[in-house]
Amino acid sequence: MKVELENLTKRWGNVVGADSMNLDVKDAEFVAFLGPSGCGKTTTLLMVAGIYKPTAGFIRFDGQVVNHVAPKDRNIGMVFQSYALYPHMNVFQNISYPLKLKKIPKDEMQKRAQRVADMMGIGHLMDRRPAQLSGGQQQRVALGRALVKEPQLLLFDEPLSNLDARLRLSMRSEIKRLQMGLGITSVYVTHDQVEAMTMADRVAVMKDGKLQAYSTPDELYDRPRTLFIAGFVGNPPMNFLEMEVVRENGDYHARREGFDVVIPSDRGEKAAGKGNVILGIRPEDITISDEGTPAEVFIVESLGRDDLINMHIGEASIHVLADPVLGLKMGQNVRLDFNTHKVQFFDPTTEKSLLWA
Amino acid sequence: MTTATFESGSQSGVKRFLGRTLPYVLLVLSISPIVLGYAWLIIATFSYRTEGLFPIDAAGNIGGWTLSNWSFLTDPAIWRVTLNSFVLAVGMVIGVGFVSSMAAYSLSRMNFAGRKGFLSLTLLLHAFPSVTLLIAIFFVLNFLSKIPAIGAWFGYNTLGGVALVMISLDLPLGIWLMKGFFDNLSWDMERAALIDGASRFRVWWEIIIPLIKPGLAALAIFNFLSGWSAFLIPFTFTVGSKVANLPVYMRQMISDTAPTNWNMIAAVGMFQLIPVLIFFIFTQEMLLSVYAGGSKGGT
Repeated sequence: MKVELENLTKRWGNVVGADSMNLDVKDAEFVAFLGPSGCGKTTTLLMVAGIYKPTAGFIRFDGQVVNHVAPKDRNIGMVFQSYALYPHMNVFQNISYPLKLKKIPKDEMQKRAQRVADMMGIGHLMDRRPAQLSGGQQQRVALGRALVKEPQLLLFDEPLSNLDARLRLSMRSEIKRLQMGLGITSVYVTHDQVEAMTMADRVAVMKDGKLQAYSTPDELYDRPRTLFIAGFVGNPPMNFLEMEVVRENGDYHARREGFDVVIPSDRGEKAAGKGNVILGIRPEDITISDEGTPAEVFIVESLGRDDLINMHIGEASIHVLADPVLGLKMGQNVRLDFNTHKVQFFDPTTEKSLLWA
Repeated sequence: MTTATFESGSQSGVKRFLGRTLPYVLLVLSISPIVLGYAWLIIATFSYRTEGLFPIDAAGNIGGWTLSNWSFLTDPAIWRVTLNSFVLAVGMVIGVGFVSSMAAYSLSRMNFAGRKGFLSLTLLLHAFPSVTLLIAIFFVLNFLSKIPAIGAWFGYNTLGGVALVMISLDLPLGIWLMKGFFDNLSWDMERAALIDGASRFRVWWEIIIPLIKPGLAALAIFNFLSGWSAFLIPFTFTVGSKVANLPVYMRQMISDTAPTNWNMIAAVGMFQLIPVLIFFIFTQEMLLSVYAGGSKGGT
């Protein structure tokens, strides 16, 4: 099913939950709403679900405006962060509840509930109560309950936030595999950018109720349109340094105190002559080498595969990913090589990218 | 050196003994009037007369046990009155439970004009002593009496009328109590049920009500007891023994002209107490959990 949001707005008095959202979800597409808490992603999701009534704008399912369609008539399934299982019902009753409400005959209900439960790997737990299940099992029941009525749209509200890290990883791929296998259009709300990047076909980044960007994970990563997206997407986050870009002898130089790097002309020309700009570069695009910008090691954090190193270049501080084999120590002087084909430039006042309009 | 430590040890022993026993002494002393009162009640029901806690016979000697005080059990009126008490108590349980769980749900979950005003008004009404409303209620019941069909069941001098008045006087407390339970439930479960395809009413009935059973039980117990022992409202709005309940029946035994048989009144009081005692034996565990923890079982 295709979903379209047009100028979708939700206000409570002066509080703005969502501010004229415009986006579309293609059939069978997996879209993530990404943003810090309070950015309006859950509000938008609940409007799609029909729990909140929009203040303005339209929600369309396959071209039909559904603003006033009750949640029960929207044929959607939803998975909540708190699982929202019915504690007084056992697993079978939980999963079959949507079918019971549809007045589906008992034997078919039994068959379908069992099939979904088996698919979720909880077929043997049918007569347990939710309180007798682990968090991961509860999550599977919730997923089963959302899937059992064969919805045309699946909504996820931070479904993995309450699981431990290892389980989160396996559920992540399981949900993705399930969604691809069943081909159900899905909207997935999360504040975890790794989840959004790994699972979604497209990611909608939101902040303060506004849609900041809506594009594929790669595009978000490689061509962030705003300073916020650049800082929010990617882990460890992008480094930002304020500097000036000038043209000298045909080369573009990004300069600040103790820092002078030649920028490829396709990127440099867009930032040159704009006064102070913000240069952004990801920690993995900086390498420690024999020549380049001098820097001093300040803090070394071991991440296992890499060391995350906080360096000082003059007054500025940046993060660099380095091979632990180098064995860098605090106070050591090194030289840094910047992968200048990956640098970003932002306008410090509008916070918009100078490279990707 | 050794004697000194020995002495201080024994001193602290005395202290510890006092520290342990003193609270019990104080507790026993403070509850003894109640315990003695109940002891008298039980003894009095089985004796002609009592002198302090001792039963005495006509000659004034100790003794004189009798079952004659319980003769009221053969009076058909007592069974009618007991039934009335029971109907009133159950009516309150159902009436207050039903109305306040629905009202509290909407007050807790839905947004409508006048919601806040309604909430503070109910609280204000609850603070009103019901005695001050007696005369006004009399006019209301009198008016209801004149309406055909309804009047016969809910007018003046009917059990229905008494129940109606008592239910409405207990509703503010019920609504606020239930609202507290509803407020503690997460919204997600309700949203999940709505998305699963339930109507608002079904969500309330199939998802929410089962989760606030402890709250409903607490409310039911309160209302059963208040209906069972109600006196003021039934006494004011009923005449004669046809619609009287137990406390009113007891009041009718206190005559202004003939000498009052207090021992028989004690026996009726005892009779009224028995169902409550049985009720408590079965519900005390639930009551404790309700008083101690509010709702339990919700995730």
